[in-house]
Amino acid sequence: MSIKIEHLNYVYSQGTAYEKQALKDICLEIPHGEFVGIIGHTGSGKSTLIQHLNGLIRATSGALYYNGENIYEENYNLRALRSQVGLVFQYPEHQLFEIDVLTDVCFGPKNQGLPKEECEKRALEALKLVGLKEKYYKSSPFELSGGQKRRVAIAGVLAMRPKVLVLDEPTAGLDPKGRDDILDQIAYLHRESDLTVVLVSHSMEDIAKYADRLIVMNHGEVQYNDSPKNVFAHYRELEKMGLAAPQVTYIMHELKEKGLSVDADATTVKEAADSIMNALAGASSAKGGAGND
Amino acid sequence: MIRDITIGQYYPAKSVLHRLDPRVKLVATVLYLISLFLFKNISGYIVVTIFLVTVIRLSKVPFKYIMRGMKPILMILMITLLFNLFLTRDGDIIFRIWKLSITEGGLRNAVFMAMRLLYLIAGSSLMTFTTTPNELTDGIESLLKPLNKVHVPVHEIAMMMSIALRFIPILLEETDKIMKAQIARGADLESGNMLEKAKAMVPILVPLFVSAFRRANDLAMAMEARCYRGGEGRTKMNPLKYHSRDYAAYLFMIAYIIVVVCVGRFVPIHIWVF
Repeated sequence: MSIKIEHLNYVYSQGTAYEKQALKDICLEIPHGEFVGIIGHTGSGKSTLIQHLNGLIRATSGALYYNGENIYEENYNLRALRSQVGLVFQYPEHQLFEIDVLTDVCFGPKNQGLPKEECEKRALEALKLVGLKEKYYKSSPFELSGGQKRRVAIAGVLAMRPKVLVLDEPTAGLDPKGRDDILDQIAYLHRESDLTVVLVSHSMEDIAKYADRLIVMNHGEVQYNDSPKNVFAHYRELEKMGLAAPQVTYIMHELKEKGLSVDADATTVKEAADSIMNALAGASSAKGGAGND
Repeated sequence: MIRDITIGQYYPAKSVLHRLDPRVKLVATVLYLISLFLFKNISGYIVVTIFLVTVIRLSKVPFKYIMRGMKPILMILMITLLFNLFLTRDGDIIFRIWKLSITEGGLRNAVFMAMRLLYLIAGSSLMTFTTTPNELTDGIESLLKPLNKVHVPVHEIAMMMSIALRFIPILLEETDKIMKAQIARGADLESGNMLEKAKAMVPILVPLFVSAFRRANDLAMAMEARCYRGGEGRTKMNPLKYHSRDYAAYLFMIAYIIVVVCVGRFVPIHIWVF
């Protein structure tokens, strides 16, 4: 259950005036059950890369193995791959089309050739997972609010019961509450049903909070591929690429410079708070000890 | 796939033709199209061929690129060729199979007609290759301005044109995205009979229409927010201005027309039936 990419290249509009190399010699491995974050500035090739994962884009050269099988081999069943690797595009609500929410979510399972009852069962299950209220199941997807539409669209992919879920900025344009709800739900799925998750995001905070491993794309190449802690330690280089580390990283680094002995590698707010509390406690006890003398 | 259509597309390059004022290019294209019908013999074709080859060279658009744009009209070309070849009764018969016969006039008409069509397309696509859609509508608007006097809403027509042109790549991209999204959900767009294929288009067309309307709404709102109220008293950021090269191009076109007419009329070259 893993995805392995070897020396993958992709060139847009080959042989025309608009030729552009979007991906350069990508080598990656995404093992089963991992939560992987991908960051990169606009045009760094993130979206192109993730469209390779389910065979929507065919690489110009290189190989992509899913469970050890090369998906570019002749006779490889790409439709089967697509029901294993679910891909949620940016602004997925723009692909809704059915007369009601439930039917739209049934679209994926129906294409997998499942009987009608099974489709509905899976659709209901997926809708429950994304936390959409039952009263909306029979209304038109076009009448819902932005956040609700997004949930329906994600449910549409989840209903196919993929083994790997790839999301391209699933929280773009949502309010903080909607953003946290959706990401928490995905993290829950990752924990409970052993789902492999690939999350493309612009929010360093989100990545730091959820991802086990972080891939940084820059000009079509993989720049860093490490744990979020180690990647954010390169925050100066990240800034040069037009990216940034989570805000807490900056605060922690400045506190350390000011002489407080905190852990500068903390990436989430909770870690940072703990580290600061410990440092303060340490400092005051040291001071207290000095006063007793 | 959708990206491969080249006819009517801009080819970015740095050439004299790219730099010319769009009005010059529009007028020159119209003159060129008229010039194709001003002669009836081979000498005229020689002049036009020399002209076209020179202009294509000047434009720096690869010849291959222009030829690729010809593919869609291949069918029309073949039909014209065959009809002219077999249905014209003029002069001696040179060839006969069963009831079909080819006459001298037929052969001449067929070949000349096919060449004319090819030259028409090559010339006009050269204009779109060297002119951005925005320049083009600017040029059209400024050329048609006199029609304002007879209450033709020239500015509005030009604005509609440029918006329509602007939306083509956006909608193509959108289609591509929606198609991919539905394929990712297991949609099957290729197999099945005609009816099944048409049905498979619904998941693409519905979101596409929804997004087209949404975009149109957004655009109208954005234009109003910036106080757009039609063409009255509106100025341009880059108003069209003639340079010396533009006058030179006009002179060149006049000279070309004179040469075509004179050569076509007074230099009778005849090779076999042509």
